[in-house]
Amino acid sequence: MSEAAAAPLAGPRPPRKLYRSSDGRWLGGVARGLAGHLGLPVIWVRLVFVGLFMADGLGALLYAAFWFFVPLGVGGVEAQRPPSPLAAETSPDGRRRRVARRPDKGQIVALLLMVVVAMVFVGNVNLSGGARAYLWPMVFVGAGVALVWRQADNARRARWAEVGRRRRTVTLLRSVGGVLLVTAGVSGIFVLQGSAAHLGSVLQAALAVLVGITLLAGPYLVRMTQDLSEERLMRIRAQERAEVAAHVHDSVLHTLTLIQRNAENASEVRRLARAQERDLRTWLYKPEGTGKDEADEPTTLADAVRRNAAEVEDKHGVPIEVVVVGDCPLDEGIAAQMQAAREAMVNAAKYGGEGGAVQVFAEVEGKTVFVSVRDRGPGFDLDSIPADRMGVRESIIGRMERNGGAARLRAVPDGGTEVELEMERAEKTS
Amino acid sequence: MSEPTEANGTAGPAEAAGPADSGGGPGRHVRVVLVDDHRMFRTGVQAEIGQTEQTGVEVVGEAADVDQAVTVITATRPEVVLLDVHLPGGGGVEVLRRCAPLMGDTEQPVRFLALSVSDAAEDVIGVIRGGARGYVTKTITGTDLVDSIFRVQEGDAVFSPRLAGFVLDAFASTDAPPVDEDMDRLTQREREVLRLIARGYAYKEIAKQLYISVKTVESHVSAVLRKLQLSNRHELTRWATARRLV
Repeated sequence: MSEAAAAPLAGPRPPRKLYRSSDGRWLGGVARGLAGHLGLPVIWVRLVFVGLFMADGLGALLYAAFWFFVPLGVGGVEAQRPPSPLAAETSPDGRRRRVARRPDKGQIVALLLMVVVAMVFVGNVNLSGGARAYLWPMVFVGAGVALVWRQADNARRARWAEVGRRRRTVTLLRSVGGVLLVTAGVSGIFVLQGSAAHLGSVLQAALAVLVGITLLAGPYLVRMTQDLSEERLMRIRAQERAEVAAHVHDSVLHTLTLIQRNAENASEVRRLARAQERDLRTWLYKPEGTGKDEADEPTTLADAVRRNAAEVEDKHGVPIEVVVVGDCPLDEGIAAQMQAAREAMVNAAKYGGEGGAVQVFAEVEGKTVFVSVRDRGPGFDLDSIPADRMGVRESIIGRMERNGGAARLRAVPDGGTEVELEMERAEKTS
Repeated sequence: MSEPTEANGTAGPAEAAGPADSGGGPGRHVRVVLVDDHRMFRTGVQAEIGQTEQTGVEVVGEAADVDQAVTVITATRPEVVLLDVHLPGGGGVEVLRRCAPLMGDTEQPVRFLALSVSDAAEDVIGVIRGGARGYVTKTITGTDLVDSIFRVQEGDAVFSPRLAGFVLDAFASTDAPPVDEDMDRLTQREREVLRLIARGYAYKEIAKQLYISVKTVESHVSAVLRKLQLSNRHELTRWATARRLV
C-alpha cells in the first residue's frame, strides 16, 4: 500500500507504513495519516483534498478510496511511534479522553464544511439538468457510507483502548442513521430514473435478495465471528501462559545457579530451594489475580498467614508447613493476631527448629479465628523464664489480650511446644 | 515426625495381613509397587525404603505411566501401590479407575497410597474419591512413609496435614442442606481428629489429647475417608467433576 514511496531517509530507519490516524481524526483519519506519512502539516493535506473535491468531486472519491483501503493505525503527524496498539495506551488517561472526544466535534465541523463545500460545488458544477438531479441522492449516499465506515473505525479503536467507547445505543443509532441515509439516496436515484412506479416492486425484490443473502451467508458470518473471537481468546491465553512460563523459568534457572554456587552451605541451599518452591506453588495453584506480586499488603487471613510463614522461613531457614481452613478479611484484631502468630513462628523456628518442620494451622469458624503454631523442639516452661524476659509474655500473650483475644502456650506431651491463639472477628461478613 | 505411630500391637481389622507389631522390625512385610513418572524420585524412594531387611518393604515393581502401571499392578498383585497424582496418560485417577476390580478383591485387595507434590485441592480430593486410602506429600521422611505404607496395608487411612485441611474445607458448614445426613456431615469428634491432624499431630498424640485409643483415632479417620468417597456434597462433587470421576 505504499505508493508515494517515502523520501530517501538518512538513517537506516524502517520504511514507514501508511496508516490512517486513529487519534484526532475528523472523518476517517485519512488526511492525518497521509500527513504523518509524508511529513506535511495536516491542514495542507486537508486543503488539498478540499481543492480536489472542487474538481468534479475527485477529492471525495480519493478520500473514500483511501478510507476503504488503508488500515486504521496509530500514528499521524506527531507520531513517530510504531503503529502498535499498545502505544496508544501509553499516554495518560486524561489526555486520551480529550483526544477521543475531539473527533466528535471535529466530525461535526468536517460535516458542515463538507455540506458548505458541496453547496458551492453544486452551485459551480455545470451539469446537465438530468445529471444534476442525481447529485443530492449521491451526497446522501456518500454521507451515509461515511457515517457507517466511521462507526466501524470507532468499533475497531474501542477494541484497542478503553477510550471512545460509547453506549451501545449511540453506536446503533449512528449505524442505522447511515443505513437510512444510503437507502434514501438510493431510493432517490430510483425515483429520479422514473421508475417510481415500480418502486414498490423494486424494493420488494431488493428485500427478497437481501433476505436470501442473509440466509445463505448468515451462518458463515456468524461462525466466522465466533471463530475469530475464539482465536483471540486462545491467543490471549497463550500469551498468559508464555508469560508465566517465562517468569517461572527465569527464577528457577536463577535459583539453580545460586544453589550450585552455595553447594557447601547446606542451610542456604535449603532456604533457596524452599523459597523457589513457594514461588512456583504460588504461580501454579493460586487462583487468578490473588496478589501474585509480593508488593501489595495481604488483605485476607490465609494470605497473611502464608506471607508471614514465608518470611520467617526465609529468615531462619526452618521449613514451616501451613494449613489454612476457611478465610476471612483482615480486621484490626486479626492483624494483631497475625503479629502474635508471627512472633510464635519466629520462636518456634529459633528454639524448636531442630525437631523438624514447624506446623502452622489457621482456621476460621464462624466468628472465631484460631491459629496454632507447633514445633517439635525441646519445649520450654513459661514459668521458668526470668520475669525480665518479655518476649513471649509481651509480644504474644500481652498482644492478644490487649486486642480482646486469648493466647495459650502448652508443652505437647511427646515433645515440642504449641502456641494457640484465638480471636473474635469484628463483624461477620459472609 | 520421627516417631512411628503404630497401633499398640493389636491386630488390625479383619483383613489385616497378620499381627502387626510396632516399629519397622522383622515380622512385618509388605509388597509395594512404585508408580511415578520421575525416575529420579522412584530411585530416591527405592533407596530410602527398599532395604527390605530393615524396613520390611519389598518393592516388587515400578511404572512410569498409566498403561504400564495397570500392567505391572495386575501382574505383581502388590499389597500397596505408591501412586503419583500426576501421570502421563490420565493421571493417578485413571490408574485407580482401571484397577477398581483389584481394589475390591476380598482375598487380597490392592490398596493405594497417593503421593504428590500437588497443592491443588481437586487433585488431592480427586484421588481419594477415586479410591486411594490416603495421601501424603513427597516431602515425607522415609520413616513416616514406611509407616504410612504399613498403615494402608492394614486397611487404615493415612491423612497428611494438608489433606486434613482440604477435607475440613470441603465439609465446612454451609447453608446448603445435606443431601444425605450420614454422608455429608462430619461428626464433632471426626472434626476434632482432623483438626489435630492438620495441626501436625501424630495419631498417638491425638489419642493422648482426646483421651481415646489410637484404634479409635484410626476408625474416625477411616470413617472420614468413607464419607469423602461417598458423599455427594457439592464441593466434593465439584472437585470430582473437575477431574471427571464422579
